Amino acid sequence: MVVFSDDTTGLKPVIYRRGAHVSFRTMGNSVMLVAAMTTAEQRSKQDKVILEAEFRSLMERVAQNRDRAAFEKLFTHFAPRLKSFIMRKNANAELAEDLVQEAMIAVWKKAGLYQPGRGSVSTWIFTIGRNLRIDRIRREVSMPLVELGDYDEASDDPPGDEVLARKQEDSLVSKALGGIPEEQRQILLLSFVEDMAQSEIATRLNIPLGTVKSRMRLAYGHLRRILEIQP
Amino acid sequence: MTPAHHLDHSTILAYAAGTLDEAIGLVVASHLAWCPQCRTAVRAAEALGGGLLDQLPAAAVSENCRARTMAMLQGASLHRFPAPAVADAAVPGPLARLLSVANLDDLPWKKKAPGVAMYDFKLSPTAKGQVKLLRIGPGRAVPEHGHGGEEVTLILGGAYRDHIGRFGRGDVADLDEDIEHKPVAEAGEDCICLVAIERPTRFKSIAARLMQPLVGI
Repeated sequence: MVVFSDDTTGLKPVIYRRGAHVSFRTMGNSVMLVAAMTTAEQRSKQDKVILEAEFRSLMERVAQNRDRAAFEKLFTHFAPRLKSFIMRKNANAELAEDLVQEAMIAVWKKAGLYQPGRGSVSTWIFTIGRNLRIDRIRREVSMPLVELGDYDEASDDPPGDEVLARKQEDSLVSKALGGIPEEQRQILLLSFVEDMAQSEIATRLNIPLGTVKSRMRLAYGHLRRILEIQP
Repeated sequence: MTPAHHLDHSTILAYAAGTLDEAIGLVVASHLAWCPQCRTAVRAAEALGGGLLDQLPAAAVSENCRARTMAMLQGASLHRFPAPAVADAAVPGPLARLLSVANLDDLPWKKKAPGVAMYDFKLSPTAKGQVKLLRIGPGRAVPEHGHGGEEVTLILGGAYRDHIGRFGRGDVADLDEDIEHKPVAEAGEDCICLVAIERPTRFKSIAARLMQPLVGI
């Protein structure tokens, strides 16, 4: 199997959307690498990238034109996933739909704050769902959050190449998630989806807290290598 | 500001997942306000959340929910762009929100030991941990202690040294429970630390243990 792009090859094929066309932007030998991929693999990666490009363009239409049709497309894709995410913590379907509605209204209102250079649409919507879960479901334990975007400075801005690379972040993240050992993936799911603190995970799995932490560190290290984040 | 000591990657993930306790979360959020490198790390960790959200099975959303949401768009205006936060503010934003004074000197500090003063934050009744400000006089030592639980410390002013290194303004000491250390404030100025602890710290020596109720860390 051909590895699409990782830290060992140093090759970074970047696919991005220009108008309605999808084109390949190549760095180094990546054209050869892309050509060497099996058609199926390539198609699925491209689908992922095209999907993400589509989300970004929908977000732009919502932010700039207050485009209801674009918003409804985002709703169709994300509302069922948000509901699933919220229901993991709270089984009440009625409350979950109230929160889905609240999250999607936040997407509509905050669309102008979404910065394509700083992450995928899925990631941005995940943070909206997460914050809502902290505020509305887990009232008893409120975790302070900083609005990361409030602190962005020009010096924080990723260089142009990196912004383009971010546009394929989704496929890289799913690659990272697919490539980690099951025991690390399980801990990510318990943490991000089931909303469990490290100590709760340790109790649930009957393993030491230190093991939970080291598996989280390993999972993050794996992602960092794939996304090429320093350090 | 470019801090030299950063958050542990497991803490970055827990923060991105939204599962930290209020006490630890406050210190972590305060460090993030000052640390571009850890903000980048949180963004990467949040991307994992986005990836996991993508992979969740879709739960059917009722037509009613869709209709209600679409109907609400009319009245929902575009969120105003926030004023950029002050990245190098004297007191990081998440902490400043809990304080009624602008200057830390104006807090009702309580003297706990010679050269050591403390201020306790009131968190929600359900918070598992505690958050304190600790002001250590120049050259003063905090007794050697281990941590029965999590401890995360952010240096707000001055600096201290321990066997791990020098911790100055903006640095965070995100220590495992099995690490023992004996911080000594540098000469020259007070070292002001924001400390979150999840369980009471245990001191090694009997003298220090006797001091524990005084210092309370």
